Amino acid sequence: MSDPATETDAQQAAIDVDREKGNFRYKEDYAYDAGVGLTPATIDYIAKVKGEDEWVREYRHKALRLFESMPLPTHWATKDLEAIRFGDIRYYLAKGQKPSRTWEEVPDDVKATFERLGIPESERKFLAGVEAQFDSEAAYSNMKADLEKQGVIFVGPTEGLREHAEVFRRWFGKVIPASDNKFAALNSAVFSGGSFIYVPKGVKVRQPLQAYFRINAENFGQFERTLIIADEGAEVTYMEGCTAPKFETATLHSAVVELVALKGAKIQYITVQNWSNNVFNLVTKRGLAEEDAEVRWIDCNIGSRLTMKYPGVILRGRRARGEVLSIALASDGQHQDTGAKMIHAADDTTSNIISKSISVGEGRATYRGQVHIPRTLRNCRNNTECDALLINANSRTDTYPAITVRGQRNSVQHEASVSKVSAEQIFYMMQRGLSEGEAMSLAVNGFVNDLVKEFPMEYSVELKRLIELEMEGSVG
Amino acid sequence: MTTAPAAPLPPVLAAAPDAAAPGWLAEIRRAGLEDARSLPMPRLGDEAWRFSDTRSLSLEGFAPAPAPDDATADPLVRRAAGLVPDAAALAVFVDGHCVLKPALTADLAAKGVVFETLEDAVRHRPALLQARLLRHPAALGGARFLALHKAWLRAGTVLHVPKGVTVAKPLVAVHWASAEGAAVFPHTLVVAEEGAEASLADFFLGASPTGRTLSISAADIHAGPGASVHRLAVQDWGSEAQSFQVDTTTGERGARITSVNASLGSRRARLENVVRIEGEGADVRLYGIGVADGEQEFDQRTLQVHQAGSATSDLLFKNALLGKSRTIFSGLIKVAPDAQRTDAYQTNRNLLLSPEAEANSLPGLEIEANDVKCSHGATTGQIDPAELFYLRARGIPLEAAQELLAFGFLEEIVGKVAHEGLASVLRERLQGKFRR
Repeated sequence: MSDPATETDAQQAAIDVDREKGNFRYKEDYAYDAGVGLTPATIDYIAKVKGEDEWVREYRHKALRLFESMPLPTHWATKDLEAIRFGDIRYYLAKGQKPSRTWEEVPDDVKATFERLGIPESERKFLAGVEAQFDSEAAYSNMKADLEKQGVIFVGPTEGLREHAEVFRRWFGKVIPASDNKFAALNSAVFSGGSFIYVPKGVKVRQPLQAYFRINAENFGQFERTLIIADEGAEVTYMEGCTAPKFETATLHSAVVELVALKGAKIQYITVQNWSNNVFNLVTKRGLAEEDAEVRWIDCNIGSRLTMKYPGVILRGRRARGEVLSIALASDGQHQDTGAKMIHAADDTTSNIISKSISVGEGRATYRGQVHIPRTLRNCRNNTECDALLINANSRTDTYPAITVRGQRNSVQHEASVSKVSAEQIFYMMQRGLSEGEAMSLAVNGFVNDLVKEFPMEYSVELKRLIELEMEGSVG
Repeated sequence: MTTAPAAPLPPVLAAAPDAAAPGWLAEIRRAGLEDARSLPMPRLGDEAWRFSDTRSLSLEGFAPAPAPDDATADPLVRRAAGLVPDAAALAVFVDGHCVLKPALTADLAAKGVVFETLEDAVRHRPALLQARLLRHPAALGGARFLALHKAWLRAGTVLHVPKGVTVAKPLVAVHWASAEGAAVFPHTLVVAEEGAEASLADFFLGASPTGRTLSISAADIHAGPGASVHRLAVQDWGSEAQSFQVDTTTGERGARITSVNASLGSRRARLENVVRIEGEGADVRLYGIGVADGEQEFDQRTLQVHQAGSATSDLLFKNALLGKSRTIFSGLIKVAPDAQRTDAYQTNRNLLLSPEAEANSLPGLEIEANDVKCSHGATTGQIDPAELFYLRARGIPLEAAQELLAFGFLEEIVGKVAHEGLASVLRERLQGKFRR
């Protein structure tokens, strides 16, 4: 947590302004509440109120047993994970079971929440479909009528697994099995909300689909589950945003996101994560790319107390391509532990990872990466670049890549650098009339500029503004 | 991940060594034995052993060997003497027993230079050894192996160069493993006082190319203020050997150290080297070179710790991989919060010469100061087809062309060996490895 005594007023003010957008909440009145703590009874409650099939309930129970049997990964990850009190968390809270199709039908306080966050406005302006999740369930879900006519499915997991089982069951839990890691097991046990999307053969969704995840209740854990399937030749861009109010106690967000890009399909998944500083954000994201398919993760982490997230791509078909572009900003009290995984499993596959992190104050940014090319493969290529910028003398950055290469005519290259904004750069800009804060913002924006350009315009403007605010008064 | 039972030491290694040692040394051995008994064997899931084939780690079937007879020792002494003809002094060990004590020229001895066996140094220089011997922990996962080294500490050399003295020619120690199943524990201690300069080489050689032996060596290189030290370590045990090297390289203010570590022999060989920058302006260069073939596993772990600012450390490890061999390079640069104006670099390059070889690379950074220049790079690839075509178009057969290009790749490291005689020994052994 930030200590006001050690910061200038200007810096404090800047950070407050930034956080303000998400830092509000409404009173809690939930029709569905699974209570505090996690037992098999919690699972039965969730499965019952959702009216799930027996196989889903069994899947959840099996995952719970896995979760309980797996240790926290503190032999490589931060000991801060031990601060999570799994027994004090509320695992399911919902006002209703079915999302509204129009904003008018959404309960007033929930609607007010999303209006303050600008979601309905964005939908009108540039989105093809929106889902807005409030704690455990989506409060609103709508998609443009023409996409529905083309056979695009955009629903939540409950509806997806019940009404479209023939589409989703085949891939559910296949890219990320419940046993993948402790937090994937937890999500598989208590998942609720999220997006299940199917884009039929050859359909190219021109405008992005968006989901917005909002935590409102204290001591709450949000466990959305997303599965996106792009059939042969299909294309889709999906964006997610997330915020929560500042609570005194730790809040847990643990999502699982599975992407399946069939032959020639393209999926682009964009995240702008701006959780408040009390949220543990422990997310498993992985895509599967078949022949000639492309999976692209664009990931921006600005909020949370601890984020652990390593989006991956399994390149299963020839000429498949995977990409992770990642920006992380770690301020006081934050640890952004992010990275990427590229698992090459077919010839002629290529992958690219570009990661840029900025550590401000006592913030800590960590990059962890894995690139794997097994012996049977030929002509695989990976390029990894990770650059870290340290703003203050007490900022911290770590880089831990792991690269395994075998086979023929494969090549990987990995480069990382750590640097600071030089005093000369700041002096030069201040000489020309910029304030110290403006100069620092400009330098930092220059550092991330080539990645910010990859975000859709609305997001890149927002990102630049966020970075400017975070940087103000942080020099020294 | 499950907790493995603490694997008991084989009885021959758990037997207490003889007690004929001064108290301080007996204490090092006793503590070592205690740790070796209680510490677990590395196992799957240990982060410090990631990618290592921990299942094939075994101490079974190895035991300290008796002193060699003259018929064994004499030819090995002659072979060792032929290695570096212009060495300033030569020490030769066979199966952990000294068979040739080093003799310095009167000139160097008069300047106060000491190069003697560890056993002699224990008698002659207890104060130096008590201050310097085995003072650093194994920070990279080899704690149990370092503990065993302490328990069985006997063979080795001590080099002490007094303030301002320069030793121009290299000091050489050759450790042979000869008896089948022999366990050896070679030690190297180098202390170069302020402004001193010296160069030394350790050769770890198998008397038979297919020998099955165990070596757990430790080297401690210490360069005082402004001192300059070059060290070459060549690991070329027999092809069935298990080798563990737990080394520390420490530089004080303005010290310059170059360390070149070659990995050629053993079934599996692990090298741990911790570089400690303890004074401002120190400049430490750590180089590694490996040629792995068959089913060899070379496991290289390094840590560059910058405790003091305005210093430089630079690391370059290059491996050429043949057959079904595996290499693991894991490096970490750690910059302490106060070590501002640090320049630290780390590069690992792997050349895959066979489709079945596997190169793993874990280049890491942990930076807690902000006014630093730090970078790392790792590449793994094959011979450039255009370069191969160029040579073949000039009538050079495929195999020779590949070999030529691989040597070109490795020559960058050989060139870091300051002494030409040592560089050519290394070059010959590299070429020999390709022709095996």
